[in-house]
Amino acid sequence: MKPAAIDYARPASVADALSIMESDVEAKVLAGGQSLLAVMNFRLARPTQLIDIGSLAELNRIFDDDGSLLIGALRCHRDLETDPLVRDRLPPLAEAARHIGHIAIRNRGTLGGSIAHADPAAELPALAALLDAEIYVDSRQRGRRVYHAAEFFEARYTTLLEPDELVTWIRFPTLPADAGWGFTEAARRHGDFAIAGAFAVVELTGDRRLRRARAVLFGVTDRPWLIEAVELTGRVAAPDIWREFATAAMAELVDTMEGAYRWRVAAGCLARAFERAAANARAGAHE
Amino acid sequence: MSDIVVDLEVNGVRYERTVPARLSLADFLRDSLGLTGTHLGCEHGVCGSCTVLVDGRSARSCLLLAAQVSGATVRTVEGLAESDGSPGTVQSALARHGGIQCGFCTPGFVVALTELVAEGKELDEEEIREALSGNICRCTGYHGAIAAAVELTGPDPGCAGCDQECGS
Repeated sequence: MKPAAIDYARPASVADALSIMESDVEAKVLAGGQSLLAVMNFRLARPTQLIDIGSLAELNRIFDDDGSLLIGALRCHRDLETDPLVRDRLPPLAEAARHIGHIAIRNRGTLGGSIAHADPAAELPALAALLDAEIYVDSRQRGRRVYHAAEFFEARYTTLLEPDELVTWIRFPTLPADAGWGFTEAARRHGDFAIAGAFAVVELTGDRRLRRARAVLFGVTDRPWLIEAVELTGRVAAPDIWREFATAAMAELVDTMEGAYRWRVAAGCLARAFERAAANARAGAHE
Repeated sequence: MSDIVVDLEVNGVRYERTVPARLSLADFLRDSLGLTGTHLGCEHGVCGSCTVLVDGRSARSCLLLAAQVSGATVRTVEGLAESDGSPGTVQSALARHGGIQCGFCTPGFVVALTELVAEGKELDEEEIREALSGNICRCTGYHGAIAAAVELTGPDPGCAGCDQECGS
């Protein structure tokens, strides 16, 4: 339960970090370390060296832009959870962060680390995919590139990132004022990774019909699983339509998921997330 | 493989040591500094026994390298007593409410509770249970710890939530 011997570098800037990454593609970037150091303790990972970017203040900033929040990769989960700006401008992000591990984990674990690690049961990659956040990455060879989160997660712990690329910023679009969102996840114990979970966003027309309903499931396949409820567009958002929709939407996953139990849990999460999102959208429309 | 010079403050004392890069903060505290109050249970971030404060915020010392906290200020359970060595506020509350059984998890609870109290927010019991969910007690002595937390952070300071006769 101790990591193998390793080299360690603490670059003073993003540029320095990128130089080291270019010269040693077997190195791993260490941000909060709440996943990486655990797998290194198990010796499931044995990188040649750690590039500790944890103290790069330039990546621990947040900007309130028009229609989006631009968040540095080193913003920790606990700060996303408690930041009045995030809670006001993008409450589902604060909610997602709140469900990660425990306070001591959230004090260290970072947004960029979660995105780059791409655990298929993690909340932040799922929300990023649902909102199609922009993931800014930098490298010496290619400069800056911007990935769309909806396409970024390729498989379990696998993303479009090249070995020398560093996630530096994530731009989350905020939700339209009349949109409602819902979140639910099922875990055996508080703070555990979810068996399954879902985020949903519902937008209603003036006469309470569905303009757009979309969701993401996490913990069910090897990446965030996006669902766009195009067939419900124009329907009245009655509370009882979601269970049937969730069951139908997940039909194609029946044979790919491990176990019928997990599938049922996921379908229940999906329906509840939609119900909550629709209820919140209706409540918002009254204001 | 590289050795790293770390320079940090632990419980008010500044230390400079050369350590292997792979050394965890927990092992650094226990083996290099002899501060064995920080306990190691699972060594992968689940149990909470090794929780310490790094620049005032709780962290798993098994999921931190000593190298990472160079320049930081660390407080361990040894640094949370009163200056004369008597139990601190959090420790006294845990003792009063029977929030201690075998004691293995206790340092982690003391540290986690210290952070909660320092945040100064009024918390209800559900919020306290959520906040302390990262600390596992295999004696399952949670009720005493929760009662202590209610006393320290609850809306009605006193012995709310505790049915024991403690005389305070």
